[in-house]
Amino acid sequence: MSITTLLSISLGAILTNNFIFSQFLGICPFLGVSKKLDTAVGMGAAVTFVMGLASAFTWAVNKFLLVPMELEYMQTVAFILVIAALVQFVEMFLKKSIPALYTALGVYLPLITTNCAVLGVALLNIQNNYGFIESVVYGITGGLGFLLAIVLFAAVRESIQFAENPKCFDGFPIALVTAGLMALAFMGFSGLKVW
Amino acid sequence: MNFKRQLKEGLITQNPVLVQLLGMCSTMAITTSIMNGLGMGVSVLIILTLSNIFIALLRKIIPNEVRIACFIVVIAGFVTCVDLLLQAFVPAIAASLGVFIPLIVVNCIILARAESFASKNTVAASAVDGICQGIGYTIVLLIMCAFRELFGNGTLAGIQILPESYTPALLLVLPVGGFLCLGVLIAVMQWALAKSAAKKEGK
Repeated sequence: MSITTLLSISLGAILTNNFIFSQFLGICPFLGVSKKLDTAVGMGAAVTFVMGLASAFTWAVNKFLLVPMELEYMQTVAFILVIAALVQFVEMFLKKSIPALYTALGVYLPLITTNCAVLGVALLNIQNNYGFIESVVYGITGGLGFLLAIVLFAAVRESIQFAENPKCFDGFPIALVTAGLMALAFMGFSGLKVW
Repeated sequence: MNFKRQLKEGLITQNPVLVQLLGMCSTMAITTSIMNGLGMGVSVLIILTLSNIFIALLRKIIPNEVRIACFIVVIAGFVTCVDLLLQAFVPAIAASLGVFIPLIVVNCIILARAESFASKNTVAASAVDGICQGIGYTIVLLIMCAFRELFGNGTLAGIQILPESYTPALLLVLPVGGFLCLGVLIAVMQWALAKSAAKKEGK
């Protein structure tokens, strides 16, 4: 493993294989929490943090518990429990030490448990046979990709409110069409090849 | 218990994808071919029904404070079963659905039905609810799949339908197509619901 592999993992996770626009992971919070720019930033940061932590913990659980005991088929169950526990701890930690951020995130914090990007990154790490450092890098950069997508999207969405569109497109449909156009723009990165 | 009403809710008025806006990720990600959609739809249908039955059975035992965690464990168990069964009997579909089969665990449809329906209703009603909502989800998947596969690839369930001279609109099978199709589909649904509501008011 070298710096170049890590760099190409990061570039892939943030731009070319963005979790939202090309892998369709984490769409629910992406559409649900993108009405205002500042909550979108908070959500993106929290997801990045949890994805990094979850990658590290699930990798360890898989390597030191599931594989030695030949329980690989329990991966899904084990991972979702690890993630749920992790989110609970993050919630308690934030409540104690950074209460401002805790109140800002509000109900979205427990919802990270059911964010498919988090479970998705844990499963993809195993599928791609990533080592510990690669997993953590993939988790964090995947989260950064999510942050980038949700911040851009929230900014666009704030101004879309003033646009006139057919009445039946109000709300979700117009948001989805916008996201589609952004996905088209992100496709432009697919030609990006660094090494 | 009212089977007809629940079926109508699952299919139209409370359709999980188009009206409740749940389970978007899988809806957009895997609807590139009919076989994918059918595999995913049936898997979710089975898991949703089983988890609804099981949670309705346990609804008096599960303590309120840890109910979400309990639901997730129940759902994850069924998802693992279905995952292993798919890998054993239809490996081709399992391979093309890939990571989205284990991700059914965090599909909001299942958790939402567990929380809002199965934990408050009888076993029979919850089973019917699971079947109806599952059918509603599957039908949306199939509509999306049929459209995207037919126009994006010129085929239907792998069989060439449109003439060779047709240039496939590749855009539709790419992620972009998923967003656009679902957006338009939800818009059509909102239009239809608004129209039928206006009709009722006029009467």
